[in-house]
Amino acid sequence: MSPTTEFRFAVNVTPKPGILDPQGRAVEGSLGHLGIEGVSAIRVGRRIELTVAAPDEPAARAVVERLASELLSNPLIEAYELESLGGASSTTSSAIGASW
Amino acid sequence: MSVRIGVVVFPGSNRDIDAVNALRIAGAEPVPLWHEEASLDGVAAVLLPGGFAYGDYLRAGVIARFSPVMRSVSAFAADGGLVLGICNGFQVLTEAHLLPGALLRNRGLRFVSREVAIVAERLDSPFTRAIEERGPLRMPVAHGEGCFYADEPTLDALERDGQVLFRYVDPDDGRVAGGEDDRANPNGSLRAIAGVTNATGNVAGLMPHPETAVEALLGSDDGLGIIRSLVDSAAERSAGGRPVTVGPR
Repeated sequence: MSPTTEFRFAVNVTPKPGILDPQGRAVEGSLGHLGIEGVSAIRVGRRIELTVAAPDEPAARAVVERLASELLSNPLIEAYELESLGGASSTTSSAIGASW
Repeated sequence: MSVRIGVVVFPGSNRDIDAVNALRIAGAEPVPLWHEEASLDGVAAVLLPGGFAYGDYLRAGVIARFSPVMRSVSAFAADGGLVLGICNGFQVLTEAHLLPGALLRNRGLRFVSREVAIVAERLDSPFTRAIEERGPLRMPVAHGEGCFYADEPTLDALERDGQVLFRYVDPDDGRVAGGEDDRANPNGSLRAIAGVTNATGNVAGLMPHPETAVEALLGSDDGLGIIRSLVDSAAERSAGGRPVTVGPR
């Protein structure tokens, strides 16, 4: 059995440009109540964080790519971006602070 | 002998009993199909009922797509089997890529639960053949994510190819509903589309609930024609010797 390492990723899913985003519009509509001006083009998406055990980073990324395109996003209406949150999560500290 | 029609039950389905009731009224024998079973039990057609399959977590319909029963439904549909998705069932079918488009959150930001009116765009489909007139047909909607969306070229192609099956209309004069500001369009669906079919015409979905509009005593029986169409088409196909038993591939 080949040794595996754990890799932590985030998948950021957002509505594609031009796709209706009623949630974003609702948030935008509330800005007046806060007395905030000059904020526009709000898009509401979702973020999924996960850990993958794989031999190396490219292998782990390939798994996340498949997951992101087949399950976590609907390619018809949503775009996604992968974000690496760092390597081995065997120690709790390693995942903290990565790319934030 | 009455034709057997499967009603898929996911965790979170809540209109399955209404579907069973409607199929009985239309003369079929309903067969519940549990989501973890790959067998379709030899049914002649499949109905995906409304509800909140798997809690609608992540996106409405998406987790249901990967259940064992849906793999069999996909194979069944690929072989020409009749599949009708209602409300959440429609969402499951779009997520499974068995139907075009996607169902977005209602543009009006509200969960809409009330009666609407639709017309059938064609009366020669397996899902509308028993309807006597195009409409308006009155039946309820109850959904938060029913805004039909596809890009403009896809919408044009759906119209050109006769894949738009139902549209929202004004209940009084039958005028096709406008955009999101028109009360006749409950969710802001593009081109007022309430239901579509796949390219081969054997899979259909709609957001309104024909299965809860099958008894005049309860407000409307305008939905019965749609359920009866499915039953008649399924009976005809099973009598015609078409393969009606499809196992998982």
